[in-house]
Amino acid sequence: MKILTLLKRVPDTAAKIRVAGDGKRIDPAGVEFVINPYDEIALEQALRVKEAGGGHSVAVLCLGTKDATKEIRTALAMGADEGILLIDGAGERDAAASAAALAAALSEVKPDLILCGWKAVDTDDGAVPHLLAARLGLPCVTLVTKFVLDGTALTLHREVEGAEEVVSVKLPAVVSVQKGLAEPRYTSLKGIMMAKKKTIAEKPGAAAEPKVRILALEPPPERKAGRIVGTGPEAVPALVKALSEEQKLI
Amino acid sequence: MARFKGADFLSIMETQFTEEERMVRDSVREWVEDRVIPVVDRCYQEDRFPLEWKDELAKLGALGPGLVEYGGGDLSHVCRGLIYRELERGDSGLRSFASVMNSLVMFPIRAYGTKAQQDRWLPGMIRGEKVGCFGLTEPDFGSNPGGMLTRAEKVKDGWLLNGTKRWITNGTISDVAIVFAKTAEGIRGFLVEKGTPGFSAPVIRQKWSLRASITSELILEDCLVPEDALLPGTSIGLKAPLTCLSEARYGIAWGAVGVMEACYEEAFDYVMTRRQFEDKPLASHQLVQQRLSTILTETVKAELLVLQVGRLKDLGLANHAHISMAKRNNCEWALDIARTARDMLGASGITYEYRCGRHMMNMESVKTYEGAHDVHHLILGDYITGIPAYS
Ligand SMILES: Cc1cc2nc3c(=O)[nH]c(=O)nc-3n(C[C@H](O)[C@H](O)[C@H](O)COP(=O)(O)OP(=O)(O)OC[C@H]3O[C@@H](n4cnc5c(N)ncnc54)[C@H](O)[C@@H]3O)c2cc1C
Repeated sequence: MKILTLLKRVPDTAAKIRVAGDGKRIDPAGVEFVINPYDEIALEQALRVKEAGGGHSVAVLCLGTKDATKEIRTALAMGADEGILLIDGAGERDAAASAAALAAALSEVKPDLILCGWKAVDTDDGAVPHLLAARLGLPCVTLVTKFVLDGTALTLHREVEGAEEVVSVKLPAVVSVQKGLAEPRYTSLKGIMMAKKKTIAEKPGAAAEPKVRILALEPPPERKAGRIVGTGPEAVPALVKALSEEQKLI
Repeated sequence: MARFKGADFLSIMETQFTEEERMVRDSVREWVEDRVIPVVDRCYQEDRFPLEWKDELAKLGALGPGLVEYGGGDLSHVCRGLIYRELERGDSGLRSFASVMNSLVMFPIRAYGTKAQQDRWLPGMIRGEKVGCFGLTEPDFGSNPGGMLTRAEKVKDGWLLNGTKRWITNGTISDVAIVFAKTAEGIRGFLVEKGTPGFSAPVIRQKWSLRASITSELILEDCLVPEDALLPGTSIGLKAPLTCLSEARYGIAWGAVGVMEACYEEAFDYVMTRRQFEDKPLASHQLVQQRLSTILTETVKAELLVLQVGRLKDLGLANHAHISMAKRNNCEWALDIARTARDMLGASGITYEYRCGRHMMNMESVKTYEGAHDVHHLILGDYITGIPAYS
């Protein structure tokens, strides 16, 4: 089986984000980039399937700039067999435009299973998996927390409001994963050395018109400094007063 | 989680290392931050080396680097150095475990052992299933191992070993000990397996340094080992053990840089936030800035020194004197920096809540073992002048 995982390069969640001069993007200077953590979970799941035997292969597909080679290299070091980088032009990409480029590439690769994170932590849209499945005419199972592959029968557990749903799905399919499915491994040092010998194919990402455009990006308003009303039990009346009269919270 | 980025004042990481080398550093760093730093102070207080670290080190690929035919990764000497630097940023005891396994146990088995000895031990050690130790030092012979009293007598069924080794890292948890002993011809190395009658490895307690590492005695009382326990490639004399030590010292010189980085980070954060006198941060005082400046400068120098030795080693051009220079300089400065950082933290610095005190205590061992500080001056002095001044 040919498994493909999607991989997006995103700013580290701990990075301090500044808005760029154009007011529509973040300034990448000094920001550490990483594999989208949910995509990393998808990759881990793919690698586990491969390592369980059966002659499966794992490819990673990334739509991004040349800089994303670093994240693809990390995926190869973790154990993926090959990487594909769709070089993104200067145009804006919303989820629909991204899905269009990914779908164009995937219709050539024709994987049996497409795994990806349920959202990317930069834009937080969570729309690509559905849009991609729709474009490819494939079933889509989202927010998967348990993955059981028995031959070609795939059973998936997914998170739904207050319950767990168990579904079976016919391959090929798009499966998006949620936290808790599989803890990503540390990149092994041997894997890093082996990644040198693996290939990363580069192709231009297909152009597509975005349906949603970013008009402005603004940092959240700065929070006002906290106020200490006092210490110890004596401060309780002042605190109650502040919460009820000033803040109207109680 | 916000990961430690390091000061990298001269952009050494960005300009002097390859992409793979940076990936090696990042992977070990990530593991140390997640799995070691959150628990190490507790292990230290409990005098305990957590055995799960051994399995996780193996999974990471930090055991048996270079032993490709037995399952190890194809890692350069610079990559190995980066592993030790990150491990020691966690704790010197963790780095000691890896140094002993890689440089003092697997290295001699590979270099001096038979194919059968290699097949028996190396794959399991690389997988983290088997542990080994290196017994050279004795209660009365440390800097001068040539004077050792441990004897190996050739008998009908093999060799009869008698003697005591002391200060042996990993001793109590080892499946096999490499023991150096005097035969009728001179010093040779032997593989002594756990459970051999007449062999025991009691742990040494009451240490206030390297507490998250196991240090032991090896006691050999009429311990009979078979003929094939001899490491046949160990030539007669101290050449073999000294070659192993040179390997380990190289890693220690890198490890010391990890201690410097840890202490710099902690001291810097502390003095930037702690306020004394007119509500100014400690960092606003000249004397404090001088200390930060010294720590940063010495860290950068140590990093460059060991990187150059590593590059030479990868070219096959590093010698024992290069390594002695790096080991002595870097351990001395790591200890000095840890003491300075401890001081900069005031009372907080003496608690386990902060790391510099633990690093400071560890560095007292690291400065002493693998050739004490003074001995490395003598080695370099011997190399420069051609006049040995040891005795
Ligand atoms: C935690 C720990 C773990 C260790 N692990 C191991 C291990 O795994 N295997 C192993 O074999 N050993 C191990 N050692 C032992 C270590 O290598 C020795 O302690 C070291 O070689 C110094 O020997 P010594 O303690 O006998 O000190 P000594 O040799 O007695 O030295 C005492 C002092 O005298 C100085 N000195 C000695 N000779 C001279 C000289 N000629 N001129 C000037 N100054 C001199 C030394 O520099 C030192 O300052 C370990 C030690 C420690 C503390």
